[in-house]
Amino acid sequence: MNRSIKKYWPLFVLPTLTAFAIGFIWPFVWGIFLSFCKFTTVKKIKIVGLANYTKIFSDSSFVDALKFTSVFSIVSTILINVLAFTVALLLIRGIKGTNIFRTVFFMPNLIGGIVLGYIWQILLNGLLSKWELPLLALNEKYGFIGLLVLMSWQQIGYMMIIYIAGLQNVSSDIIEAAKIDGAGSFQTLFKVQIPMVMPSITICTFLTLTNSFKLFDQNLSLTGGEPAKKTQMLALNIYETYYSRSGAQWKGIGQAKAVVFFLLVVVISLIQLKITRSREVQA
Amino acid sequence: MKKKLLSIILSAAMAATVLSGCQAAATGTAAPADDQAAEEATEAEAAEEGEAEAPAADSAGGKVYYLNFKPEADEQWQSLAKSYTDETGVPVTVVTAASGEYETTLQSEIAKSEAPTMFQVNGPVGLKNWVDYCYDLTGSDIVSNLSSEDFELKGEGGEIYGIAYVIESYGIITNKTLLEKAGYTPDDIKSFDDLKKVAEDITARKDELGFAAFSSAGMDSSSDWRFKTHLANLPIYFEYQEDGISSTDAIKGSYLDNYKNIFDLYINNSTCDPAELSAKTADDSRNEFLNGEAVFYQNGSWEYTALSEKFSDDELMMIPIYVGAGDEAKQGLCTGTENYWCVNAEASEEDIAATLAFMNWCVTSDTGLTMMTDGTEELGGMGFALPFTTAPEPKNVFVKQDQEYTKAGNKPVSWNFTTMPSEEWKNGVGSALTAYAAGSGSWDDVVTAFVDGWATEYALSN
Repeated sequence: MNRSIKKYWPLFVLPTLTAFAIGFIWPFVWGIFLSFCKFTTVKKIKIVGLANYTKIFSDSSFVDALKFTSVFSIVSTILINVLAFTVALLLIRGIKGTNIFRTVFFMPNLIGGIVLGYIWQILLNGLLSKWELPLLALNEKYGFIGLLVLMSWQQIGYMMIIYIAGLQNVSSDIIEAAKIDGAGSFQTLFKVQIPMVMPSITICTFLTLTNSFKLFDQNLSLTGGEPAKKTQMLALNIYETYYSRSGAQWKGIGQAKAVVFFLLVVVISLIQLKITRSREVQA
Repeated sequence: MKKKLLSIILSAAMAATVLSGCQAAATGTAAPADDQAAEEATEAEAAEEGEAEAPAADSAGGKVYYLNFKPEADEQWQSLAKSYTDETGVPVTVVTAASGEYETTLQSEIAKSEAPTMFQVNGPVGLKNWVDYCYDLTGSDIVSNLSSEDFELKGEGGEIYGIAYVIESYGIITNKTLLEKAGYTPDDIKSFDDLKKVAEDITARKDELGFAAFSSAGMDSSSDWRFKTHLANLPIYFEYQEDGISSTDAIKGSYLDNYKNIFDLYINNSTCDPAELSAKTADDSRNEFLNGEAVFYQNGSWEYTALSEKFSDDELMMIPIYVGAGDEAKQGLCTGTENYWCVNAEASEEDIAATLAFMNWCVTSDTGLTMMTDGTEELGGMGFALPFTTAPEPKNVFVKQDQEYTKAGNKPVSWNFTTMPSEEWKNGVGSALTAYAAGSGSWDDVVTAFVDGWATEYALSN
């Protein structure tokens, strides 16, 4: 049987591979090709070489969006993971209603980003106008905080589930041994539990980092980049380059920005994976 | 051996299921070759036919696909399409893009094999994106029916790529009843100073009167175009007039002080606190006017349908947006268009002929004209003022008023916002206005977005 698997594996891989090729590889190759072209629709294209890439920085919006996105990604990754881990720690102690808490914390993750964005916009604007502060669309500080609140609320539950699974896998023998050796609860946490759940930390930081970096719907619906693009993130910047500028050349420039964006996401996640992977331990 | 046979059969069975999926795709990819052959054949036929009965293009066998821009007129277009098919047998499909999604919809639709044969652009700036797809309408029947050459959208070489099919006016819609209650008549407002005096007097007596001067100047994206686009037209118009130009690569902003004055008047004499404007929507503003909470409401003739449900024609009027520039005694409403019909040059010859025939039918036949203007008993019309010689007398009180102003010798303010360099520019001005209204930004930011933004965006778009 093993031998026939070795022989016929291409056949078994075929269905998924076909779907992957049609749904991912083909559009991806097309996308990269289009970034070297000037086009209005994909039927009529003119190759312009690297011209689109040189025009990415013709206005400062891309760099500004990159800065905002980076700051947001760092802050939200730390915030979400720390909070999710804390909640996970609290919910493995077997307190009453653990299951209800887990379900409730997980639920925000089931609602779509656009809807959440509009709901939170109404909530936060209501609060801000009550305190007589400038509304979300007028102050980038509140826009930033609003995005953080929204993303934390949405993602903490999901990361919490992963951390709970990781923490439950830490064998009680090791924890008991640590206690016998005289470790306090902080020492147990930092010297035993955290190193043991490093694989969960790797996956959670990967997910939150890439999610925040690629954030689009929540950004679009909560602030729309207002005021004056100060809360505009990269994905929204690309979208607006493509759709709200006049002239056929902007489609190609939007496409070129998207390729650069893709490379950034790949590089950042590879670095992150390398760093967290190197800290994983075997028990 | 048996085991091996089994595994081969299993994988064969699986491959069969998978490949049957591919088969459909395979025929799909094979089809274009056939199509191409068929196309060549029809083209050859068309060419022969063309020779035989040139120049009258034959619309038989063609079909029409109109991608409609105005969601509010969808029902009317569907009914027109049906009537046309009943009358001539030519199939007409009308698809309406969701509000604000026209460009994206057009972009994906036009790349399909069944692309729209008829679509629209919003003026010279919009044409830039689509010029490669626009059929030269020179010499077609519909062009000869236009009431003025101004309604042709021309390319660089003088080709007619689009024609305006609706003329609209905007200004300050006024509730006459409330205005009289405040002790004024429409004749009292003949200039910016008059308007300011009246508005400020109403604000001073707001509690006593129970209504405000202006409905909220909402800066939510559903409403901000009234200020970042329509109101911004006035400083641009007066600058163009002064310099004798019709478009520019760098605006000077000579009339921005007037823009500031009128915007200040709107936000300081409104139903709500200026800080709340950023979240006010178009519906909020309209409802305030409908509920009699405000005397003035800046919007256009397209609002007539919604407003006439509540108000009689005698209660409504539209006054020009006075900004204290030019000859105010002779200023008319802002009248123009940003709706131009274009025909897809990529469509087959029969489809182009069918589309041209359909367009012409819409503006010459009784059925078409009725639907595009006042409509029938069962279905209200689109309420357009049509720029065609065939157009009947309009019922829309604002359109009638525009004609009266023009007859009285007032000069309509043309729509120059079609020359604004891009959406991006409008958004920049919009953000700056919102911040200024709320007090978190200064007027200088608006000026920067207006003047510097124009030059930057113009350079980037060309």
